[in-house]
Amino acid sequence: MSSLVLAHTRYLVIEQIRVPIAILASAFFPAVSMVAFVVPFAGQDPVAATTATGSLMFFGAMSAALMGLSSAVAQDRDLPWNPYLRTLPAGPLPRFAGRILSTLAVMLISVIPVLVMATLFTEATITPARLLLGIGALVVGVVPFMLMGLCVGFLLASKAAMAVSQLLFFPMAILGGLLLPPQILPGFVQAVSAYVPTRGAAELIWWAIAGARPGAVPLVMLAVWTGATAAAAVWAYRRDEGRRFT
Amino acid sequence: MTVLARAIDATRRYGDMLALDHVSLDIRAGELVGLLGPNGAGKSTLINLFVGLRRPTSGTVELFGGSPLDPAMRRGIGMTPQETGLPESLRVGEITDFVSAHFPDSVGTAELLARFGLGDLARRQVGGLSGGQRRRLAVALAFAGKPRLVFLDEPTTGLDVEARRALWDGIRSFHEEGGAVLLTSHYLEEIEALAERVLVVGQGRVLADDTVRAVRGMVGTRRVSLVADHLPDLPGVLGAERSGGRIDLVVNDPDRLVVELVRSGVPFSGLEIRPATLEEAFLTLTSKEPAHV
Repeated sequence: MSSLVLAHTRYLVIEQIRVPIAILASAFFPAVSMVAFVVPFAGQDPVAATTATGSLMFFGAMSAALMGLSSAVAQDRDLPWNPYLRTLPAGPLPRFAGRILSTLAVMLISVIPVLVMATLFTEATITPARLLLGIGALVVGVVPFMLMGLCVGFLLASKAAMAVSQLLFFPMAILGGLLLPPQILPGFVQAVSAYVPTRGAAELIWWAIAGARPGAVPLVMLAVWTGATAAAAVWAYRRDEGRRFT
Repeated sequence: MTVLARAIDATRRYGDMLALDHVSLDIRAGELVGLLGPNGAGKSTLINLFVGLRRPTSGTVELFGGSPLDPAMRRGIGMTPQETGLPESLRVGEITDFVSAHFPDSVGTAELLARFGLGDLARRQVGGLSGGQRRRLAVALAFAGKPRLVFLDEPTTGLDVEARRALWDGIRSFHEEGGAVLLTSHYLEEIEALAERVLVVGQGRVLADDTVRAVRGMVGTRRVSLVADHLPDLPGVLGAERSGGRIDLVVNDPDRLVVELVRSGVPFSGLEIRPATLEEAFLTLTSKEPAHV
């Protein structure tokens, strides 16, 4: 079974690498934000530069997870290749696992530019241990967004999936304090911020890379969101199967 | 003979539409079965039930004695993807490797591609293949896992005559080695050339299930062809057409026609009598259906 997961992952990674625009799209915006905002305004302050780097890396990862996964899954459903795959002797697991693993791989590639810029142009500092911890936190924090991407991809046609995932993406990124630190956000945004999954993921990353103490509410909410999006993704998957293949 | 695939009283509805209506049939080891029917007759639904893409609304569909929904049962089958859906950015060899990875025992990419005349294209991306090359790749993928039963849906549509013959040879040699094939085609000539047994479906039911020769014979008509300047009125002529010097007559009773023709004393030559073609049989069978409610 694991060799099949590998075969599916390999094929999906090759497919994404040969059409690298999705990887570039995930990497582009955070890299630009890094140059425009973090380098001039927070570049001299080691702690602020480090946390801002973490935020923007998560911004890129979230884009790959939510927008990348939703459009890939929605496009898959349109192609006649998808029903053909279901006639091959494998259950849904290798395909599913392959999708998740290949998205993770692309995601980790797309955060590299921000990391490189932080090292070259800012005072951001990190120990190798904290970097690893931070990447671990990034992977944990991105799970609900992958599940959200799967859910959107299974529910909507590819054009609609693209639009809806963008509508979900930007407000969550801003509310969670990924683009501006939460402390300088307006009061009403701060009130909502703790309840969006981006905030919990960000706090987890800030804690991992800079030792900032995370709040309890955002972390609990991150867990709640993970559970809720998992249930929604499973529901959306079954609904799609039921509609097209029973 | 071992039954590889079996439908027992299988019915399939899509909402109000009845796609298959109490169909029962067996496909046995080593058979080469042609599946014929007009568009919307239920051919694709029948194949989709056998390969596990759909479940019957009622009745049973079995593959190797188990359920087609069980991946282990699907190890013994091969299916052609629609060539329009092949992943564009993958190379021919990569797709073949990927499909082969699903089977415990596979032909091997190099050998499979060589067998279908794609050996030189292993490193080519699918997006750069011609329509005919994609079609051949799609058919090749059905054979990747050394299947015992292959479903070929329109395998040669869009191929030129030479490529079609080459593919026919491939299908025949698979069959000679003991493989079973269920084949659909728009070309009746193809079914006639390959299949031993023909299933004619129309409006979700099996209208005929027999050898090619028997299905042809189900149509009572014969075609009498001869060269003559003019013909007298002859009994039992259902249709006549003249092309060049030859006259073709479609008749129910060729013996009586010939007797009458000789009696009339009209000079003629080059007399031929042949059975109806599969196409004529097919058209007769599918148009004879009662109106369906």
